[in-house]
Amino acid sequence: MIGQTFQWLLDPANWTGQGGILAQSLAHLRYSFLALLAAAAVAVPIGLWVGHTGRLRWLAVNLTGAFRAIPSLGVLFIAVLLLLPRLRGEWAYEAPALIVLVLLAIPPILSGTYAGVQATDPAARDAARGMGMTGAQVLRQVEVPGALPLIMSGLRSAMLQIIGTATIAAIVGLGGLGRFLIDGQASRDYAMMAGGSIAVAALALLVDQVLALVQRAAVSPGLRHASAG
Amino acid sequence: MIRFEDVTKRYADGTVAVDDLSLEVPRGGITVLVGPSGCGKTTSLRMINRMVEPTSGRILLEGEDISQRPAAQLRRHIGYVIQHAGLFPHRTVLANVMTVPRLLGWDRGKARAAAIEAIEKVGLTQDQAKRYPAQLSGGQQQRVGVARALAGDPTVVLMDEPFSAVDPIVRGDLQAEVRRLQQDLGITIVMVTHDIDEALTLGDKIAVMGYGGHLAQFASPAELLAEPADDFVADFVGKDRGYRALSFAAPDVAVRPERTVRVGENVAAGSGWVLVADDEGMPQGWVDVAGWGGPVPAEKVRRFGTVAEAGASARTLLDAALSSPSGRGVVVEDGHLVGTVTADQVLAAMRREGHVATPPGSPEEAP
Amino acid sequence: MIGGVAWETLGELTLRHLYLAGVPLLLGLLVSLPLGWLAARSRWLQTPVVAGTSLLYTIPSLALFIMLPLILGTRILDDANVLVAMTLYTVALLTRTVADGFGSVPGHVRQAATAMGYGELRRVVSVDLPLAVPVITAGLRVAAVSNVSIVSIAALIGVSQLGMLFTDGFNRNAMGPIVVGVLACVVLAVTLDAAIAGLSKVLTPWLRSGAGA
Repeated sequence: MIGQTFQWLLDPANWTGQGGILAQSLAHLRYSFLALLAAAAVAVPIGLWVGHTGRLRWLAVNLTGAFRAIPSLGVLFIAVLLLLPRLRGEWAYEAPALIVLVLLAIPPILSGTYAGVQATDPAARDAARGMGMTGAQVLRQVEVPGALPLIMSGLRSAMLQIIGTATIAAIVGLGGLGRFLIDGQASRDYAMMAGGSIAVAALALLVDQVLALVQRAAVSPGLRHASAG
Repeated sequence: MIRFEDVTKRYADGTVAVDDLSLEVPRGGITVLVGPSGCGKTTSLRMINRMVEPTSGRILLEGEDISQRPAAQLRRHIGYVIQHAGLFPHRTVLANVMTVPRLLGWDRGKARAAAIEAIEKVGLTQDQAKRYPAQLSGGQQQRVGVARALAGDPTVVLMDEPFSAVDPIVRGDLQAEVRRLQQDLGITIVMVTHDIDEALTLGDKIAVMGYGGHLAQFASPAELLAEPADDFVADFVGKDRGYRALSFAAPDVAVRPERTVRVGENVAAGSGWVLVADDEGMPQGWVDVAGWGGPVPAEKVRRFGTVAEAGASARTLLDAALSSPSGRGVVVEDGHLVGTVTADQVLAAMRREGHVATPPGSPEEAP
Repeated sequence: MIGGVAWETLGELTLRHLYLAGVPLLLGLLVSLPLGWLAARSRWLQTPVVAGTSLLYTIPSLALFIMLPLILGTRILDDANVLVAMTLYTVALLTRTVADGFGSVPGHVRQAATAMGYGELRRVVSVDLPLAVPVITAGLRVAAVSNVSIVSIAALIGVSQLGMLFTDGFNRNAMGPIVVGVLACVVLAVTLDAAIAGLSKVLTPWLRSGAGA
């Protein structure tokens, strides 16, 4: 089995062309980053607002926990059954899956952002106001930079969630590396399934490491020292 | 220059933090708000830069009602130092200190120059300016906090328990530094502390606040020690206030000339305690010439006793006399011997000048 | 019948789900206790152990289910694949928490225990471990909830549990079984979560003293 899997992985024919590993990887990345951006566009502002004002705190605290209990596969099927009959056009098959990807990515980003803002040293916040910063200046100059490590952690775990869910979303017709897993099973081609799995795992590891690098670059060295000491 | 007019702060739950406070903080010098926790001293301080809004009454800064100025804009012109410094961990020391100048809209170059100047004023180096707060000690962080408050050239600086989180030795250094900065820059400092010793050491004027947020007494340290307004103040100022008051009296004591010898010089047996000085006339210590005579051996010189500068407070003079093995306190000027005083002389001078009451029946003046 | 699912089937699938999510929880705890303890104990083991185990978590579950037969030599439909995969995820989540838990034991308590003559192993078991319980069970609750959710994905490779209701409903275009399956998953997760929270309370009577923490 191992031999066949590697044979499949090493066969150039499986890499190139439409539906090849490269094309599917790119599709997978495209969906994933699109979903991450959309989720961040919703979750980061809300998280900042909750953290800055302290309002709706219970929502941010409980949301991640509650969402973790919901099985993504079930939600995916529900979304497709509900939405597919109502959608038309070329995105009709992809939209329900993408919506689920975005929904599932919101809680980790939201709670990470909220927790990051909350973790700002109250003395630093007090000093910032006392020096004459407006609320927006406190948020932008003190709370956001301080929250960055946890915002980035939230984005990273959201991204893992997205890549995993995008993989299983192949069952409802989404492109990406999940195709090899689902199509391989349909055609009882284990080498294709296993090869696709290895590719997906490698992609997830790679993306996570890239985001880790971004995190390193984005976070002030002053905060690194603080966490190390 | 800062005037509280009938200022009251009552919170929504009914607790009164500050009760009808009227107070005038004089220009220049250090005014200390002191009192037990929950007495409203921090609330009072934070009302000056509108971090807290009064429920009633008003506060005037240079005759102008502060509630008429936008809070953020007002705060940029008032320095603010807090207990844990509240430095921004993601910014270097330099960037931290540049905060207020940048908020004031100064260009980067001017803000940078002002920040570097402030950093040097508080005794930090250029090298430390490039570091992040987490790389500094607690005392250094607090210095950065002070520099950050000074960088925008404020005339008023508010300090909320600025030194209570650092160890006692560092605290002493920082207190001296703040005193020096106040004098050099001629700024007005309003400081909150719960530590009466700190208040007495630093304050030119002290406002003692009591439970329920009312002002118990507003006076100079010497007045506070000599004439506490009520039992609460007397109690808060503490048991040692008789001794502490000595710090604020500088009696005119006639210093007596003291003969000195050098190490190796001959002394006659039975001379008693003799003061040893070096070639420059700097006092070195005392030697007990009792059952022996001849050249003074270096190892017999005892570096006992504190030394008082000429014109020092009664407390310092008495301490020099009481800690000296000969009972004669050494008085110096720039390290050079002026003479010695005894405890009796100091007390007599204090009686003469009215610092100490003379009980009936006691000899009017000891020699 | 509920939502087109026979009660008997629902019960059977729930038990299967509990087995596939619960057993790995225990196995994972057994593995992460020593790993986390090692990580908490030595500074330079901490990064590789914690980073290494959390790396497992980046692998999407469906991919892991499919890859394991390659490594284990099992058949693709084997329960063992799911059990091992879920154990790995549990270890990935728990090792860091166990390390944090042991790290949260106050140094003075540890030193007092050593000073009284506890041996290393005995101290870890009878002093450090009980004190680390609140942190460890908090991690265990997260792992339990996420295990229940992830196990349902194994339906895609034909391993039966509540997730089968999803594929079944989807194939028949029937919403009923899917909704029942989702609800059953959530109820199972919440129950496990509450059970572990309760267990944690029982194990830490000293945290219950009237005044609270």
